[in-house]
Amino acid sequence: MSHVSLQNVAVAYQKTNILENFNLDIPEGELVSLLGPSGCGKTTTLRLVAGFLQSHQGSIQVGGKDYTTVPVNKRNFGFVFQNYALFPHMSIFDNIAFGLRQRKVSKKDTYTKVMEMLELVGLQHFENRFPKELSGGQKQRVAIARALVINPDLLLFDEPLSNLDANLRVSMRSEIRRIQQESGIAAIYVSHDQEECFSISDRVAIMNKGVIEQLDHPAAIYHRPRTSFVASFIGFKNFLRFDRRSENGQKPIFYKGDSTFAVSYEKDTGSMTGVIRPDDIRIKPAGPPVTENELSGTIITAIFLGRSYQYEVKTEHGSFTANQEMTIPFQSGDSVVLDMPPHKWVLVEESEVPSYAG
Amino acid sequence: MANRWLGFVTLLVFTFLLGPLVIMLVSSFGEAGVLQFPPENWSLKWYANIFQGSMFMTAFQTSILVSFAGNMLALLVGLPAAYAMSRFQFKGKAFLQTLFISPVLIPGIVLGFALLRYIIVTFQIPVYTALFIGHTIIMLPFIVRVISSNLDNFDFSIEEAAVSLGASRVGAFFRIVLPNIKSGIIAGVLIAFLESFNNVDISVFMTGPGVSTLPIQMLTYVENYFDPTIAALSVLLMALTAVLMFVIERLVGISYFTKK
Repeated sequence: MSHVSLQNVAVAYQKTNILENFNLDIPEGELVSLLGPSGCGKTTTLRLVAGFLQSHQGSIQVGGKDYTTVPVNKRNFGFVFQNYALFPHMSIFDNIAFGLRQRKVSKKDTYTKVMEMLELVGLQHFENRFPKELSGGQKQRVAIARALVINPDLLLFDEPLSNLDANLRVSMRSEIRRIQQESGIAAIYVSHDQEECFSISDRVAIMNKGVIEQLDHPAAIYHRPRTSFVASFIGFKNFLRFDRRSENGQKPIFYKGDSTFAVSYEKDTGSMTGVIRPDDIRIKPAGPPVTENELSGTIITAIFLGRSYQYEVKTEHGSFTANQEMTIPFQSGDSVVLDMPPHKWVLVEESEVPSYAG
Repeated sequence: MANRWLGFVTLLVFTFLLGPLVIMLVSSFGEAGVLQFPPENWSLKWYANIFQGSMFMTAFQTSILVSFAGNMLALLVGLPAAYAMSRFQFKGKAFLQTLFISPVLIPGIVLGFALLRYIIVTFQIPVYTALFIGHTIIMLPFIVRVISSNLDNFDFSIEEAAVSLGASRVGAFFRIVLPNIKSGIIAGVLIAFLESFNNVDISVFMTGPGVSTLPIQMLTYVENYFDPTIAALSVLLMALTAVLMFVIERLVGISYFTKK
């Protein structure tokens, strides 16, 4: 049974549709991230579920109850904001206790619950401090405690870590994951940071222009992007549109000009666009004649990335990007051969919006 | 060379700003029946003169009453207006913003005369009510502007946080928004009060027989007498303003530094 269910919801801002016929289902206890470039509708979706925005069609259900027209303050969802949104004039204790006081919880129970929360987020003895005395990471812990203490039916995270520095972000995300799993509350997590989403989520929804292009487990998205948008968003830099294909026994062969490529796939979608990551291309010095899955080219630029070099290689089918670790790097102008093994290719469907630049 | 020039200009500015005040302060203690600087003999009798007869005291009371009542009404209208204009996007917002500051843009004489000619006379409005309306209009722009600039820096996500935790919209406004814009409200109210209390150009049209605000009473007095009573009264008003400003600084200053 799915815990959260958005059915055919739609949001428009100044007559432009941000979301249209949007659907999303989240099972009990699962953390789903919405990932996508800015303007893809991920924050809109989150604010819609929170109740800050209204859908003019469809329905929102959580735990079997219809929430489509329920006002924000009657929803009992915990919302964690990007900028923490702590109440500056209240102590940490009063910040966390705010939701409980709105619910007329007794003084004694409020005290016990707030103290429990402070312990859960590792901020014992902070109850009398004020938000301005806390670091960014501590503030976000308080914000999480404040959202969690009301025992919400759903947790909503709006880029909670984007104001923190890199190291803190990594430790905080595993903490959010731990707290979410311990509490067993379903959560929607919005971020534009791919690594963050992959590491924290049960499933990730890649969004583009108000549409979920792919909703899947992080590893599945990483290895098997379904559309060209998803592929380019998660780092497949090389796209090749094949001319034709032929079935040669079990092994299908794709043709592009004079080049032939064997491509292995799990499911045949009939797609003719192949994508491959820069890390999955091997570069060899030119020499023996090129064979299947090879392409000759010339190095245009070589950029030092630290662990490896990134090469821009010009071929007869356009330019390719390839990363390779090596002690003596290729120079620009060198003739090389690109080796692109069958199992590294992924066949993707064309997105409505062809590719994501950057 | 440049520094010297700068020092000279600074000196000029301060002379023009403070000179008249210093001259007035000193000559208010003169003994002679006309303003003298520096006075030949010293006396406090002009200070005593202020309190002889009730004309200044009555006008002072009128001023306080009108400014205070107008202030409260301006706050009652201005606070929700400022909130709405910072918080929401709506049609006609720019027009409303201009409307609220327009009393500052239009010359006071024009505004005062227009009010008198088309509102006060047309509807036969009594003097106190007329003063009250006029002063509310003078104060509104100051209250709206100061509170607006405070609200423009306000992070409304904390209001959303309160609502997401179960507070009603109204509850969130009083428990979350209001405590955090307190300094802006106090500053707006006090600045508006001073503006109203010192106002001449609108009051002059609104006052009538037997009812006068303090600045109008002072104006009437200097038209007939040339003794240092007005200088003495001005010194007292300056002292009052200074105390008020000190209080603002303390109140707003301290709460300003304790927030965030």
